[in-house]
Amino acid sequence: MRNSVWRSGAALAALAIALAACGGEAPANESGAAAGGDDTIKVGILHSLSGTMAISEVTVRDAELLAIEEINKAGGVLGKQLVPVVEDGASDWPTFAEKATKLIRQDKVATTFGGWTSASRKAMLPVFERSKALLWYPVQYEGLESSPYIFYTGATTNQQIIPGLDYLKEQGKKKLFLVGSDYVFPRTANKIIKAYAAANGMEILGEEYTPLGHTEYGTLTNKVVQAKPDAVFNTLNGDSNVAFFKQLKSAGVTAEEMPVLSVSVAEEEVTGIGVDNIAGHPVAWNYYQTTDTPANKKFVEAFKARYGAAKVTSDPMEAGYNAVYLWAEAVKKAGTVEVEAVRKAAGGIALERPEGLVTIDGENQHMYKTARIGIIQPDGLIKEVWNSGEPIKPDPYLKGYPWASGLAAG
Amino acid sequence: MNAVTNLARLRGPGIFAVVAALALVVAPLALEPFRLGLLAKYLCFAIVALGIGLAWGQGGMLTLGQGVFFGLGGYAMGMHLKLVEASSLPSSGSSSGGGPALPDFMVWSGVEELPALWAPFADPVFALAMVVAGPVLIATVLGLLVFRQRVRGAYFAILTQALAAAFVILLVGQQGLTGGTNGLTNFFELFGRDLADDSTQRGLYIVVALVLGVLYLGARQLVNSRFGRLLVAVRDGEDRVRFLGYDPAVVKTIVFAISAGMAGLAGALFVPVVGIISPALLGVVPSLELVVAVAVGGRFALAGAVLGAVVMGYAKTSFSEQFADGWLYLQGALFILVMTLAPKGLVGLAASAREALAARRRPAVPASRTVKEIA
Repeated sequence: MRNSVWRSGAALAALAIALAACGGEAPANESGAAAGGDDTIKVGILHSLSGTMAISEVTVRDAELLAIEEINKAGGVLGKQLVPVVEDGASDWPTFAEKATKLIRQDKVATTFGGWTSASRKAMLPVFERSKALLWYPVQYEGLESSPYIFYTGATTNQQIIPGLDYLKEQGKKKLFLVGSDYVFPRTANKIIKAYAAANGMEILGEEYTPLGHTEYGTLTNKVVQAKPDAVFNTLNGDSNVAFFKQLKSAGVTAEEMPVLSVSVAEEEVTGIGVDNIAGHPVAWNYYQTTDTPANKKFVEAFKARYGAAKVTSDPMEAGYNAVYLWAEAVKKAGTVEVEAVRKAAGGIALERPEGLVTIDGENQHMYKTARIGIIQPDGLIKEVWNSGEPIKPDPYLKGYPWASGLAAG
Repeated sequence: MNAVTNLARLRGPGIFAVVAALALVVAPLALEPFRLGLLAKYLCFAIVALGIGLAWGQGGMLTLGQGVFFGLGGYAMGMHLKLVEASSLPSSGSSSGGGPALPDFMVWSGVEELPALWAPFADPVFALAMVVAGPVLIATVLGLLVFRQRVRGAYFAILTQALAAAFVILLVGQQGLTGGTNGLTNFFELFGRDLADDSTQRGLYIVVALVLGVLYLGARQLVNSRFGRLLVAVRDGEDRVRFLGYDPAVVKTIVFAISAGMAGLAGALFVPVVGIISPALLGVVPSLELVVAVAVGGRFALAGAVLGAVVMGYAKTSFSEQFADGWLYLQGALFILVMTLAPKGLVGLAASAREALAARRRPAVPASRTVKEIA
């Protein structure tokens, strides 16, 4: 009996402490909100810090925090320091919606930088649209969207997938095999690829999807090898790439005879896949750590100084880093953080960024970006072998491509 | 001292009345809309937990796949809301011409005609009926098949878990039909009311709280009835019940179907409250999380299931807001702590505290000391 009393007491006390810890810190937040009016501006950062997406999204958060630190060091925005409020989307789409609501309604942030997967963006979209708040989304995606309250700093399809296809066509690759994870980006991307192939005399030999996180690629690799395509277009995401490239290598496929063009494998992922398995294969992005611009030299140096010399920088990280600067520039131009004024001021803003010149298209709130094809090197970095020469105008609905007219019904 | 001992003595109906008053009157007035919305979400999970408490705590059926039924209810509601939205926005899908308007995700998934499965969900009565009927029907068929074969214990748990995993794969694979990993989101109105409006959200909260209250009272009634005793008997000695001439399979199937119906209803309420339904909410992990919540609250009491869901939901929100980097560890620690110190959950803890108190009061302990300890 005595024992059970002791136990009950201890458990209740532990619970009380835990709850008090949560409740106790809440007021600190409130006072932060109050301070937001005077000499600081609160901005939200909402990425997955736990769950399957954490490995990728944490790097984007780091890049965004770096940009905020740099801007603060240079005097802040409108003379005010930026204060980041970091939330965890937990790789769970409804959580993204919940945390976005919290950032907007409770923390009253001026803007939010966040998201990676299309599913998280789709979940946050109604929250931002209904509250008329701003979201900066830093990852390449499948297009066919243009929310007035989202700025898309990653590539849309005509700045990554279509240039990738142009590159393969230039290389004389006529027969393609499509491999992707089973979600909205690969499916939409493949729809576009099929339309492109039909218009450009290319042949699609097969189209295969595996669930996110799938790691058994024996059967699929056999199918690919038997179909004998000239190239594979790979929209697999995350861990699956590790298994897929290992399996391909053990099946004796080399990058020379059957290049696998990936659109979701950047510097960060190359380490995970193992350079031996993937060296020599092409990827399509808008930025590489090796991209030769003065701004990039500064970015890479600052990032390594802040987070460690072994760290690499990648396209989504750079797009997140850019987002903070682009927003700050729009706020400076508008003279206020008020959302409608910032949206109006943002159109036409052009900055020299690590990837080169980036200009905000005021109409669809996407960016003008230079497409770059690179080859993965034995040291894990990516060497650019082709670029579009100039920033490409973003065209999320592919209106400028006659062969794509059937795709964008919206 | 009187007030405190009275509070300690407060049982059953008294506690229920206090909690109901807190939930229906105090919470809507005291909480800001965002927090009230979160509470409504916890209460939705509490409805599922109530069903788990019934099936697992009372009936001994460890169901690790309640997410399936939650999802069936949620998708039924989501499909209805999507169709309402599509028909109210004439601009979208303008090129599709004739036929009913398509939900946004079908447009970008390349679906050109509304699938036959979707069409009846435009009718609110049909959609609401399916919210409960779908899960109940599936649980009944599954229950009859499984319980007749005397599948129980770990095998039943594994089976329900596999069901949840399969259901998620099915939803993700049929992107044109279900929205894939994205799920269904971007809802605007519910039965003609603007979903973003604070008053709508407050009304929704009241509805969720009322539904939970009614279901709780019903479940209690069930547990206290003759049928409830039979259910506990099945849990504790299924073979003996069979030898007495009852059919345990029927008893278990009925309770499993009831718990499925509750999960379906919870899913349907969840959709307008949170604004999204996606496979991420229905898989193995969220289904397990709810079982964990029931265990934390105390699975042998229905109130424990409800309490557990609310506490774990609240803990998840506050831990992740305060410690965005390491909140999962705290959540796990909370579970381990409660389970090691109080295997019967929070409700068991309260009960043993009350017993201990009563036992202490009888010996010569100065009254003032007891009060202090309680306070």
